[in-house]
Amino acid sequence: MSRQAGDVDELWAAVADPTRRQVLDVLLAQGEATATTLARELPVTRQAVAKHLAVLDRAGLVESGRRGREVRYVVRPQGLDLAARSMARVAAQWDQRLTAIKQIAESTARAKSRDQTHPDQTKEVSR
Amino acid sequence: MVPERIEREILIEAPREVVWSVITEPEHVGRWFSDSAAIDLRPGGELTLTWDEHGPVYWRVERIDPPRFVSFHWLRGGQGPGDPELNSTLVEFSLAEEGQGTRLRVVESGFGGLAGSEEEKAQDAEEHRRGWELELDELRDYVSVHVRGSGQP
Repeated sequence: MSRQAGDVDELWAAVADPTRRQVLDVLLAQGEATATTLARELPVTRQAVAKHLAVLDRAGLVESGRRGREVRYVVRPQGLDLAARSMARVAAQWDQRLTAIKQIAESTARAKSRDQTHPDQTKEVSR
Repeated sequence: MVPERIEREILIEAPREVVWSVITEPEHVGRWFSDSAAIDLRPGGELTLTWDEHGPVYWRVERIDPPRFVSFHWLRGGQGPGDPELNSTLVEFSLAEEGQGTRLRVVESGFGGLAGSEEEKAQDAEEHRRGWELELDELRDYVSVHVRGSGQP
């Protein structure tokens, strides 16, 4: 399980960083952009934007194409979809765990109230 | 967009103390989370949560306020006890009384601090190293020029 988690860790890390989320938002709004045009929209340097773009690229969330001297970036919807699905899977795991917690807690509570209402029977059973 | 945190909740028909024991006691955690659990329930205490098939993962208690709140660092990337939680998500459980029952809420956050950032840290370290190499090269050139210079009659 931890190995599986390791595979999506990079994707989550790429998508969960606040600056990279802004980069993705601006990219989605503009369709395509360069590090320079993105830096104009964001409170970070062009160099920082370039680093974030490299992380997003490695995680498969953006793709780049060279046009003349410029490198232009677009969002890869498949990457974003994969990230959304992997997060949904984590949410579903929590739903399963919460459901299991509910079942254990409710059966424990029922057993306790039985003990309180019929203490003699409980003694009978444990004997 | 992709959510940056996960928030789920459930209404449980059981008193808060019972729900608290289910999320903090090893015999229960070994049923709803892993196959077995060892828990040191105090701030900074370790949790070893083991699956028979996959082995252990480690959590560390961040904050505890029984029976209302408890939070854990979920150590990622194969980090073990004793490691600083460089690479972890934060799991927070809140328990609120509601009628005869308990509303249990879980928030998992901090995915932005996972592997990618580690890679960036490594990248930063690499850039620092290269920076130092350049400076050391300059220093060596400087020293060799001056030493040679001073060595000349």
